[in-house]
Amino acid sequence: MRSVCLYFQVHQPFRLRTYRFFDIGSDHYYYDDYQNKRIVRRIASDCYLPANEVLLGLINEYGSAFKVTFSISGSALEQFAKYAPEVLESFKRLAKTGNVEFLAETYSHSLAGLNDPSEFKRQVEEHSAAIKKIFGFTPTAFRNTELVYSNSIAGQVLEMGYKTMLTEGAKQLLGWKSPNFLYCSAPHQRLKLLLRNYQLSDDITFRFSQQDWSEWPLTAEKYVAWLQNVDPKQELVNLFMDYETFGEHQKASTGIFGFLRAFPELLIKSGKWVFRTPGEVTEDLQPVASIDCPHAISWADEERDVTAWLGNDLQSEAFSSLYKVSEIMATCEDTELHRDWNYLQASDHFYYMCTKWFSDGVVHHYFNPYGTPYEAFLNYMNVLSDFLIRVNEYAENNTSAKPVKTSPKIKTPVTLKGNTEIAKSTTVKKVAKSKVAEAAKPAANAISKGKKK
Amino acid sequence: MGVSSPYYRWPWYSLFRTTKGLLKHGVEVQFVVPKAYGDESEEAVRLVNASDVTVMINDPVFREYWNQITYMEIGSNLIPYVGPEDFQQMVSENTNIKVEESSRVFSERFQFSGKYGHDLMEEVARYALVGASIAANSEFDVIHAHDWLTYSAGVAAKKISGKPLVVHMHATEFDRSGENYNENIYEIERKGMVEADRVITVSNLTRNIVIDRYHIDPEKVITVHNAVEPPDQAELLDAEKHVREKIVTFLGRITFQKGPEYFIEAACKVLERDKNVRFVMAGTGDLMEKMIRRVAKLKISSHFHFTGFLKGENVDRMFAMSDVYVMPSVSEPFGISPLEAMRSNVPVVISKQSGVAEVLNHVMKVDFWDVDAMADAIYGLLHYQSINNMFITHGAEEVNNLKWESAARKVADVYESVLAK
Repeated sequence: MRSVCLYFQVHQPFRLRTYRFFDIGSDHYYYDDYQNKRIVRRIASDCYLPANEVLLGLINEYGSAFKVTFSISGSALEQFAKYAPEVLESFKRLAKTGNVEFLAETYSHSLAGLNDPSEFKRQVEEHSAAIKKIFGFTPTAFRNTELVYSNSIAGQVLEMGYKTMLTEGAKQLLGWKSPNFLYCSAPHQRLKLLLRNYQLSDDITFRFSQQDWSEWPLTAEKYVAWLQNVDPKQELVNLFMDYETFGEHQKASTGIFGFLRAFPELLIKSGKWVFRTPGEVTEDLQPVASIDCPHAISWADEERDVTAWLGNDLQSEAFSSLYKVSEIMATCEDTELHRDWNYLQASDHFYYMCTKWFSDGVVHHYFNPYGTPYEAFLNYMNVLSDFLIRVNEYAENNTSAKPVKTSPKIKTPVTLKGNTEIAKSTTVKKVAKSKVAEAAKPAANAISKGKKK
Repeated sequence: MGVSSPYYRWPWYSLFRTTKGLLKHGVEVQFVVPKAYGDESEEAVRLVNASDVTVMINDPVFREYWNQITYMEIGSNLIPYVGPEDFQQMVSENTNIKVEESSRVFSERFQFSGKYGHDLMEEVARYALVGASIAANSEFDVIHAHDWLTYSAGVAAKKISGKPLVVHMHATEFDRSGENYNENIYEIERKGMVEADRVITVSNLTRNIVIDRYHIDPEKVITVHNAVEPPDQAELLDAEKHVREKIVTFLGRITFQKGPEYFIEAACKVLERDKNVRFVMAGTGDLMEKMIRRVAKLKISSHFHFTGFLKGENVDRMFAMSDVYVMPSVSEPFGISPLEAMRSNVPVVISKQSGVAEVLNHVMKVDFWDVDAMADAIYGLLHYQSINNMFITHGAEEVNNLKWESAARKVADVYESVLAK
């Protein structure tokens, strides 16, 4: 009997409103409530609710042969509570069946795992507390934001008490090996790893409705045949997907909901496969090899690395400015500051600043509120400036923690660019002598060389 | 054969560059100008000074053609670029001139002034005759006329020679005057484009205006974006800035369509929060006094400077001193100045209502009226180091990739398509 591990990511960030530099210091509410509410309600009705119904149907029909896994971010939970409580009710019904595993992750879909171990830990603790509270479920398996993984992250996760982790079956990790086995981390062998089969997963999430795909239309029969054709020695197929695939990235009219119902049905009826949770998988199977990952990977883009969030200078500056106040925030009891500290860590903000696809002019992310990455950066930095001012004020009034340098220093060089880090300017001497009809006399004003104002 | 009028910097500059590029693609160019000043660079471009051209006015062909040209009445027009006070003066002079007009136009030689003035329409009409005359006496394959001043000449040349006509729209009457456009100029533009075999516009923005406002067949309108000259030497222009503050610059004509008011309002917003900035408005124009008064009213005169008209090296020096360059144009057919700024390693904020916005990525683009966004962009570029650096490095790279040779190649392609018909 072979296993499919079916896992769905559920996340919505709190998107920022247009926040100008003159709001800094005066306006402390950063979120676009209208957009966030509109989007959540739309995805709820197009996506989460109908997809949950399909899964419930499968559970009711096939019982223990059909298990499914979710990772729901703390931000998503908050947005559901605020704007679409029926979604929470729907997930609770799923939880009650006992056929659903909820994973642990960072509360606000944060990338703290990459640079801030204590904040990473705090985020995970806050998240599992929320899962426990809402669903009565204690997570034992872990997945990081955007499946970001590295040896270092593996170590931190293991230390937090999790023995199982999900990540991407990236080529950098696997080389010639197949993702269809259980693995463990090379430096931390007690941590078991489930690696996403991106080929089979992306067939559903990306290619399902692409009419120029050689395999279009993808029927349940065809897909199940592919699974059946997987080498019988390979016991495990990990299908990890963004839950918005069902109804949003793949609209209902593509037949995606029918597919979601049909392919598990066919697979189960074949008698050769069952659907399992990560917890069950790690009990049943043995790791066949260890995986070494010195540099962080993710499930994003062709590169499967972290350049989508931290690949350019804008992202670096924003990211490092944010985490400067991590120490202060660790013990901060102000609820609003705490809320903002969570929301501002969402990886989405950095994603919007990505300049990788400039030449295509393609806006890569759904629901990206910004026209260009530069607008995204400026908006975020303005918000961050205000946030850092408030944090520093809090620090001065409450703890002995040292306030950090926040306001970007305005550099005032006396002589020009040659002396600063900014690149030297090359000359702009015109070759053509442009002739102009009038020759108005230049007004005698301050900027001419040598004159003082 | 290219027909142009080098009245203002930009059309002349871009023409010159395109011509150089055309030469690289093996296209020979004969350049007709109303008035040669004598110091134009004559590298492999044959310049024909229209003032030297003799028109045989008694030739029946010309008489016949002349009768077909609509002669413009000057008194009822608003002359472009002339302010109301000057216009008043002209109207009073006009009555005396009318009598002499016909004979002046029909003299054998005509001294073109190369300026805008009360005899402008007269010059345009005369230029048409010159164009026809040159066309009758030269060998060429294509006529290429630039902007409305030369369209009549281009059409005349086409009629005489039967060769195809390409007209080039660098700026439309709407770009110059907004909704207060001059009907006569509009008609000349339209007629020129209708008669032409192809219309080249410098941006999609302008192309859309040509299609929507002039009702020209989209099939024959082609966009060829302008470019900018790459820096010649890696000389460090060490402009010493004798003020400690950052400098934010506006450089261009101080007139309606360049959006100077928006620059001032944005400056005011920035200065409310950050006094470590100085704003500079470099140029002159009909709105200059109004802008000076507005600045005073807003009480920001201590941080806002007017330099007057800058040319030559002073322009380069201005760019070298600037920390941010802003082009808030209400309607800009293309806009080469941001490219010059980027080439001088200055980060740039431009209005979305400009042709150049179509070809640039590493700039902040804002709607010209969105003063909040403009101020925000200026502030961000002054305060957040990473975006400042990114614009400087990527901006220079981006500009270096906009080559006149590519623009010239596209123009040469248009010539070929017109000859293939």
